Amino acid sequence: MIKKLPSAVIKNLIVVVTLSLVALQASANLFIEINRGNNNPTPIAIVPFAGANGLLEDIQAIVSDDLVRSGFFDSIPKADMLAFPKSQAEVVYRDWKMLGASFLLVGELTNLGDKYSVRYQLFDVLAQKPILNATVSGGSNGLRDIAHAISDAVYEKLTGIRGIFSTKMLYVQDLKRPSASRYRLVYADVDGARPRVLLSGSQPILSPSWSADGKRITYVSFETTRPAIYIMELATGRKTQMTNFKGLNGAPSFSPDGSRLALVLSKDGSPDIYVLDIASRALTRVTSDQYIDTEPNWSTDGNSVIFTSNRGGSVQIYQVNLQNGRPERLTFEGDYNARPRVSPDGKSLVMVHRSNGVFHIASQDIASGNMRILTETYLDESPSIAPNGAMLLYATQHNKRGVLGAVSMDAGVKFRLPSTEGDVREPAWAPYF
Amino acid sequence: MKKTYSAIAFAAAFSLLTGCASNKNTDASNAAVVEPTVESTQSSTNTVVIDTTFYFEFDSADLTTAARSALMLHAEQLASNPRSIRLEGHADERGSREYNMALGERRANAVRDLLVLQGVNASSIETVSYGEEQAAEQGSSEMVWSKNRRVELK
Repeated sequence: MIKKLPSAVIKNLIVVVTLSLVALQASANLFIEINRGNNNPTPIAIVPFAGANGLLEDIQAIVSDDLVRSGFFDSIPKADMLAFPKSQAEVVYRDWKMLGASFLLVGELTNLGDKYSVRYQLFDVLAQKPILNATVSGGSNGLRDIAHAISDAVYEKLTGIRGIFSTKMLYVQDLKRPSASRYRLVYADVDGARPRVLLSGSQPILSPSWSADGKRITYVSFETTRPAIYIMELATGRKTQMTNFKGLNGAPSFSPDGSRLALVLSKDGSPDIYVLDIASRALTRVTSDQYIDTEPNWSTDGNSVIFTSNRGGSVQIYQVNLQNGRPERLTFEGDYNARPRVSPDGKSLVMVHRSNGVFHIASQDIASGNMRILTETYLDESPSIAPNGAMLLYATQHNKRGVLGAVSMDAGVKFRLPSTEGDVREPAWAPYF
Repeated sequence: MKKTYSAIAFAAAFSLLTGCASNKNTDASNAAVVEPTVESTQSSTNTVVIDTTFYFEFDSADLTTAARSALMLHAEQLASNPRSIRLEGHADERGSREYNMALGERRANAVRDLLVLQGVNASSIETVSYGEEQAAEQGSSEMVWSKNRRVELK
């Protein structure tokens, strides 16, 4: 539920983040104090897993990359390690303490013919005791899944925050030259690995987003030479065209319960927000004015829609209650705030924000209205928040190419994803499946 | 031939507005004489080219003077030789993509509205916005952006 809370309680976003993490820590017996982004990452030694030599994927490297990219960890180089223990019996704590490791991860992979199994243990080096002991298994083509599962478990054990290393994303790729597959909708691991083209064509594809259960996606395609909204079922690849109105058909967004789409149509004159019931195709108009209303995104309770409008003379973000139709302006800083996305806990928004003519990604605490600029790259757009609320993906430009970037919600961690051919843009971070 | 002629006659008349207003009466009374003159102009210059791309300011759907002038000529041509046209609106890369989709539509609609005001049948005009999805030129400078904020008449 997004509503105004007494602002006296919370003075700024940093305080909010700190408070919520303290609360998480209190409830989960955590090991790392997270309130400074990556200013003080915790050193962890990730030992190459016994029996994992020569596999198609380097599990140790994947786990290390995952944890380092989270911003909370520093990975001790393999070359510095005095030994490669594979279980508690072989661990000499003093060695790891000398290397400055706070935590130690060891494990052993067993090849079971048609699948792999990895038993792993996490140690608190200073306390000299194991704190996690688990086994994960997967198919022979699932080594990356095994590695990400280990990263998720270690990250959650040490931070109290559910990991996002096993999650997926969508993005749009544009080869920037005429071709029957110039525009592509790509499904990939959130670290950019294992990209799979879901859809390609000579005409633009844009605005991909997920249903809350991760089973369907919705997007806009110009494949009929006009924009139309589609839903694709991921398991079958079946596409259903949902709209084909005169004018704009854009910015589709699944309601939290998956039964409706909020979308933009201009069939009645100017771009307005509508809600489409997916089963009955019944259409309800939400806004009706002469201004541009676009980019709807649902509040977490499904009772209201947050959208972009130029109704106030500048481009700003508004929230409209679907019961009474009453709009409320949410953003006031700067002359351009657009493409809102609500965080999973419903407490903050991320958006495209322009200040001094420059476009960046900003977050805003909804209760207090405090805004914070998170990025400092060029032409930033299309923020998409991770399902654990700790990080977001966005689109930016680097060396004259469209690339994806990531930034933690406290702005402490920033990195670019490995870029592929052409421009990539419009990342949509998948929910937990 | 008739189609080309009328476009040329209009273009000629348009240029006369600035310089040779005194010839107007002569045109009217000696139409038979004037016609071959125009025809010969056509054969020497081959065709009269009217701009089919109209440019806009940032975050604006207001038509420029140049766009208005060109659209008057198109309206005249379409009145004498009706055909279906498609107006494709575009935006530069700055700002969010769906907002730019809306902006591209505003631009296409501004062109459509002027044509309709000049007597072109509204049902013969299709408008579609591509937002920032199909840049005419690549790059990130004001020069490039100004080329991408456009409506193309097809």
